[in-house]
Amino acid sequence: MRAGMRALPVLMLVSVLGALRAGGTELTFELPDSDRQCFHQELERGLKFTLDYQVITGGHYDVDCYVEDPNGRTIYKETKKQYDSFPHRTEVQGVYTFCFSNEFSTFSHKTVYFDFQVGDEPPILPDMSNRVTALTQMESACVTIHEALNTVIDSQTHYRLREAQDRSRAEDLNGRVSYWSVGETLILFVVSIGQVLLLKSFFTEKRPSSGSTST
Amino acid sequence: MAGGALRAAVAALVLAAWGAHGLYFHIGETEKRCFIEEIPDETMVIGNYRTQLWDKQSESFLPSTPGLGMHVEVKDPDGKVVLSRQYGSEGRFTFTSHTPGEHQICLHSNSTRMALFAGGKLRVHLDIQVGEHTNNYPEIAAKDKLTELQLRARQLLDQVEQIQKEQNYQRYREERFRMTSESTNQRVLWWSIAQTIILILTGIWQMRHLKSFFEAKKLV
Repeated sequence: MRAGMRALPVLMLVSVLGALRAGGTELTFELPDSDRQCFHQELERGLKFTLDYQVITGGHYDVDCYVEDPNGRTIYKETKKQYDSFPHRTEVQGVYTFCFSNEFSTFSHKTVYFDFQVGDEPPILPDMSNRVTALTQMESACVTIHEALNTVIDSQTHYRLREAQDRSRAEDLNGRVSYWSVGETLILFVVSIGQVLLLKSFFTEKRPSSGSTST
Repeated sequence: MAGGALRAAVAALVLAAWGAHGLYFHIGETEKRCFIEEIPDETMVIGNYRTQLWDKQSESFLPSTPGLGMHVEVKDPDGKVVLSRQYGSEGRFTFTSHTPGEHQICLHSNSTRMALFAGGKLRVHLDIQVGEHTNNYPEIAAKDKLTELQLRARQLLDQVEQIQKEQNYQRYREERFRMTSESTNQRVLWWSIAQTIILILTGIWQMRHLKSFFEAKKLV
């Protein structure tokens, strides 16, 4: 019991350090018009990372994205993309930068989602990496279920984002239908009254000569 | 006493190691950065951040700066403020959602030392964990004394629970989407009918008005 209690902080320390070998960040942020936002992360050499991004709301639902390695070299550059996935294995140790740019747009601000996954998933308990026996059937079944559930959660995230994008378009359409209907009715009134007045003005100007048609 | 010192050492090591590996970005002095988290209800969100100030003399970022504060504000989908607190130069904020939808997490610096900050940048390391990622499995294993297999089962249960919550949330979102689409459909239908009627009425009015005008002018 005593040894277990003393081992707890050490266990926590090792687990946290173990968890730091890999990990990921997924964030959704708002990108104002004519703006660019950059994110940086320091990575070791030989690590595999994946950057997924998707535009959720705004304008034509597209954004520019580029990724630079620590030497300033552009390893990925795309313009006006709606969504993309970029996997890469790091060759240099240092700070990697990825930026999203909305500089081509003058009045639409965008909501961008990105998921930056680094490395592989750490084991659930830190001492699993140095086990001497093979996994039992039960344990390997659990690992399979865990990986399948991860796939389910990822696919749910994907559907949630697409649904958010579609809902944003539908609400946009709803608003536009209202405004254009009211606007068109007003234009209709203005044009019809204007036509009548214009026509009347043609005949009232020629009053001196129009009297001759009746004689 | 020894346990306390060990815990402090652990905390220091955690912060140092975590800071070297997290994602970071730069913000200006009065700039506010907002992040959106679309989550189902009863979901816990934990955010960790760490700030570093740019030092003009050494042309680098200082490892830690006391006196620097960050104000964290969290709003729920209805715009109501769920959390609005001032934290130090590094902090950890937690909240649990009670309504499903888009929660907005906003951070802006509230520096007490404006002179230091003049013309400077602030580097913010941020990490936001949602739902089942907030669980600390080694801690749970130690607290409930679970074997590896039991811990795995617990993790799978948590994951399945999160999937169920997300599915319920999806049903709620789909209903909203369907309402919006049906509203658009209704509006298009009624406005088309209304505009056709207005067009016909306007045409009739024009003809009658012009006919009476020409009759008055003795042209017809």
